[in-house]
Amino acid sequence: MGDRSAERRPAGELEAGVLAALWTAGEPLTPARVQRALGVSLARTTVTTILSRLYEKGSVGRVRAGRGYAYAPTEDAPGLTARRMHSELAKDEDRGAVLARFVSQLTNEDEALLRSLLDAGELDGGEDR
Amino acid sequence: MTLLVWVPLLMPFLAVPAARRVAAALAPRHAARLLTAVALTLAASSSAALALLVVPGASYLPVVAVLGDLAEPLTAGPPLVAVALALGAGGLLLWRTALVAVAVVRERAALRRARAAVAGTRDELAVLRDALPDAYALPGRPGRIVVTTGMLRALEPAEREALFAHERAHLRGRHHLLLVLAELAARCHPALRALRDPLAYALERAADEAAATAVGDRRLAARAIGRAALATKAPLPTRPGAVLAATAGPVPRRVAALLDPAAAARPTLPRAGRLVAGVLLASLVVSGATAIGAADDLHAHIEVAQGETTADAAR
Repeated sequence: MGDRSAERRPAGELEAGVLAALWTAGEPLTPARVQRALGVSLARTTVTTILSRLYEKGSVGRVRAGRGYAYAPTEDAPGLTARRMHSELAKDEDRGAVLARFVSQLTNEDEALLRSLLDAGELDGGEDR
Repeated sequence: MTLLVWVPLLMPFLAVPAARRVAAALAPRHAARLLTAVALTLAASSSAALALLVVPGASYLPVVAVLGDLAEPLTAGPPLVAVALALGAGGLLLWRTALVAVAVVRERAALRRARAAVAGTRDELAVLRDALPDAYALPGRPGRIVVTTGMLRALEPAEREALFAHERAHLRGRHHLLLVLAELAARCHPALRALRDPLAYALERAADEAAATAVGDRRLAARAIGRAALATKAPLPTRPGAVLAATAGPVPRRVAALLDPAAAARPTLPRAGRLVAGVLLASLVVSGATAIGAADDLHAHIEVAQGETTADAAR
């Protein structure tokens, strides 16, 4: 696991994980809850620093929560157009070669094969990290 | 005109299958470079061969004769054949150029749409609110990782880090350039289309390996890919399948390669691989050399037509 080195990674890379945690939460999160929702272990102060920087950039908003703040991703007007643009882009023929998907489409055979691979590796649980 | 000029046009049919075999036996990063280099070399030499076929027939045109300072048309076979070949090759060249131009416009449009979709944010990670799981690297300065909320929800936090590391590897390696070059090469010769899928696969594998290194856990990286793929599959039963793989598709192969690196590293027999590599290299060299040889031959004919040397010297 890369936990040891997580603190030494570039700050920009840590921001991605923090933003992802806020987007999946569905409600504003305090730094303590963000820390628990991350895929890497970071010190609370590091999480707070990242959140403050994201707030200054306008990427997240915050509300008072007890003695500190709870943070949530900001969604502005461009976000709405983005949704429309993305559904256009999702059509494969409009996508071009430049934008390679993380995963390509599975056939039914692929799906069965993939499930057996994941089961064989006991990987489907997701709790062994 | 000698038969030499046809070699670069036919060589891709031999070199492309060989390149695919060799690439399958190489480490992903090396495979990607090899496939791109093969695509570019073959596209360039076959286009050069077409251009060489145009010249003799074109020398019958008064304008060309004046511009080339020709005293007479090139003595490259019967006039009718030369003119017919020139028209055919010229038409093909124009057609290729048009296809390449269309592809360039299409890729630029895709990029522009994708950039517009994330115009609202400046972070490395751009999140689109969309239940459809999707993730891709958006090239630019700086490059961005675009991911939908559907994809984020499908993954565990640690798996998300693997996904981000994978997309960062694409951006750092500037993999999109290789993909676009192969796409354009495929428009130059039909046999080169078969290089696109292996190249895309090699680039995904290279990014997978980088992700596994970044998170320090191959199984975690494999799980991230597997879960993302299964999540993508579920809500899309109605989508018409553009490509139906005859054998296992790229995703199961990527997962298998991460779970069992030893088996993934050497899928072909070393000796057979070396033989194929030899054939591949030979055909590339032959392809390039014959294009040059044909050009040299044509040059000799031009000198004859210009009245600088005798037909004997040009054979």
